[in-house]
Amino acid sequence: MKHLLSAADLTREQAVRLLDVAEQMAATQQREIKKLPALRGRTVVNLFFEDSTRTRLSFETAAKRLSADVITFSAKGSSVSKGESLKDTALTLQAMGADAVVIRHASSGAPHRLAEKGWTSGAVLNAGDGTHEHPTQALLDTFTLRKHLVGGGQLGAAAGADLAGRRVVVVGDVLHSRVARSNVHLLHTLGARVTLVAPPTLLPLGVETWPCEVSYDLDAALGEAPDALMALRVQLERMNAAYFPSAREYSRRYGVTAERMAALTALTPHAQLLHPGPMNRGLEITAEAADGPRSRVVEQVTNGVAVRMAALYLLLAGEEE
Amino acid sequence: MDTTLITGARPLGGEAADLLLRDGAIAEVGPAGSLSAPEGARVVRASGLIALPGLVDLHTHLREPGREDAETVETGTRAAALGGFTAVHAMANTAPVADTAGVVEQVWRLGQQAGWCDVRPVGAVTIGLAGERLAELGAMADSAAGVRVFSDDGKCVFDAVLLRRALEYVKAFDGVVAQHAQEPRLTEGAQMNESALSGVLGLRGWPAVAEEAIIARDVLLAGHVGSRLHVCHVSTAGSVEIVRWAKARGVDVTAEVTPHHLLLTDELVRGYDPVYKVNPPLRSNDDVRALREGVADGTIDIVATDHAPHPVEDKDCEWSAAAMGMTGLETALSVVLAALVEPGHLDWAGVARVMSQTPARIGRVTGQGGALAVGEAAHVVLIDPAARWTVDPAAMATKGRNSPFAGRELPGRVVATFYGGHPTVLDGALATPRALPASDREGASWSK
Ligand SMILES: [Zn+2]
Repeated sequence: MKHLLSAADLTREQAVRLLDVAEQMAATQQREIKKLPALRGRTVVNLFFEDSTRTRLSFETAAKRLSADVITFSAKGSSVSKGESLKDTALTLQAMGADAVVIRHASSGAPHRLAEKGWTSGAVLNAGDGTHEHPTQALLDTFTLRKHLVGGGQLGAAAGADLAGRRVVVVGDVLHSRVARSNVHLLHTLGARVTLVAPPTLLPLGVETWPCEVSYDLDAALGEAPDALMALRVQLERMNAAYFPSAREYSRRYGVTAERMAALTALTPHAQLLHPGPMNRGLEITAEAADGPRSRVVEQVTNGVAVRMAALYLLLAGEEE
Repeated sequence: MDTTLITGARPLGGEAADLLLRDGAIAEVGPAGSLSAPEGARVVRASGLIALPGLVDLHTHLREPGREDAETVETGTRAAALGGFTAVHAMANTAPVADTAGVVEQVWRLGQQAGWCDVRPVGAVTIGLAGERLAELGAMADSAAGVRVFSDDGKCVFDAVLLRRALEYVKAFDGVVAQHAQEPRLTEGAQMNESALSGVLGLRGWPAVAEEAIIARDVLLAGHVGSRLHVCHVSTAGSVEIVRWAKARGVDVTAEVTPHHLLLTDELVRGYDPVYKVNPPLRSNDDVRALREGVADGTIDIVATDHAPHPVEDKDCEWSAAAMGMTGLETALSVVLAALVEPGHLDWAGVARVMSQTPARIGRVTGQGGALAVGEAAHVVLIDPAARWTVDPAAMATKGRNSPFAGRELPGRVVATFYGGHPTVLDGALATPRALPASDREGASWSK
């Protein structure tokens, strides 16, 4: 694996290996001294053309815990915001000797361009591109699901396993969600069955060709007793573009509420609730549900660091084993 | 004046013949071997080559004035000559927009001075392409440029009342409105053909219906007011059906397709290489098939390049930041051979019809798109049908390096282009531009 551009590119073996290594990384993070020497002397550049504090911090933390040197370029207040092109920025980083470039960009496919045009010789990690993919988010989601659904919440207990036969409902703005795309690919590759739930306006054309099922009815999808429910962020601006009539109507039909969580756990007591964050409490998820007993939202953040450590480690030091 | 004897060429792919070009006209035509070269005449041995009337492009972006970094009239018309063209229509979306007699005359004069082919400026339909108020269409028609084609290309004339008025108004001077059919609201921020693939790639879709809805409205309007309508770059199977239906009803509509829409599909977008970003976008295989059939049965009247050069920096970037458009002048003929002639949709006479005669007729270009017969203007292109070549954008005369055919092997090569009897291309390479006719020299210097 030279780059991590898309969850769709991962084979089952690669995905399971990433999750296994991430569990090993997570185990080291429970020690008092969290820092590992694995990437000492290597340089990881975080290139954030789009603001995302949580993803940037997660990658920074992951790289630092592996002892890499970390350089962060953020859109705000840098040449990036003054119209410097992706190409020039990448060439600059190349000149600085970046071993890995973590890129977040509003344009779908930007990481692919970076990897394919030879603007950088380092490994390229997609930290979210437009409405295309966000592979490390899908990895941390599947990490969380595997740990709890297969490993009984114990690190290492699910090593080597996939998510065969597990059922996951993903509800929200699928149309604009890179998280949904990456999760559909990765969950499918790992053997899980995915049902996407959204109003028809927030589903892309051709979604019936994706490796998943599609429903417009959240309650019906939850009535099938899935093992997990993942809520996607819904931006309020979508309302102005007539994707749905009002926030109230959206929450009523598609919001994750305490009542819906109760209905779900009545069928599947072990059900997991995920949200990639940041949450719009009161729109796609209520505070009660987000903070409730089935919610893994806070743990997802912790797991994100472990998964990103694994990705950086396998891309930069993987072959040396 | 130049005198050239072309020996043994096959006019429109027919029996080999000799053609004598003298004083800007076709002076004599006879069976191969029947004509002898007058004293001092240039002799071009053309056995095995096809002779067609010089090609006429109804849709070219020459970028001047305003974007001379992308193309100039000089470089664009050099590319045209190399592609076998003896006339191009320069689109109006320049800076300033070609929406006044002054701008269209400037572009026309630049074409005259360049001397590589006729440059027929297209006038904007609305001031500044803003879609709000009619530009002075009559002034542009009456200017030295003699504008007959009006288009807001790049933008759709969306206001139905404004379009109706434009369709009616240009009847006074036998003009035609060339519509860029794109429903603006349905295509806000659109990046590629809306399909299952756009959903997977996370690129905002440009649905076929956004083109078809406008064409449907426009053919009904044109029929209602009894005007000519030309539809630019038709790209979908549904559009072909609508135009076919309109023609059957007797609407005076003509339609064009670009070479790239005849050969390429949206599958190419998969790698996010912006060289494949174009408006309207590359469509599906079914659309390509329907477009080819549309040309074969005459529903689509012409092939027009939509030659759209861009500087490297506008394409060497991420997809959404990249400019839309592809170069086309130097590959058009070869792509037509690959997409239409080799599969049997068109013969050579058909190529002459869709790339020379009909575009000249739609644009009311006098002296172009004629038959290869005595007395016609000597606009002639010689093509080697057996040649194959690999497209290399760096070797092209256009400033644009954004050819979607780069690296592809294509059939057929332009060997020579005669523009008013003067060879602008010989042995496949640029020769010299035609000197400005003496009668125009004064006007040209006056314009400075
Ligand atoms: Zn156009």
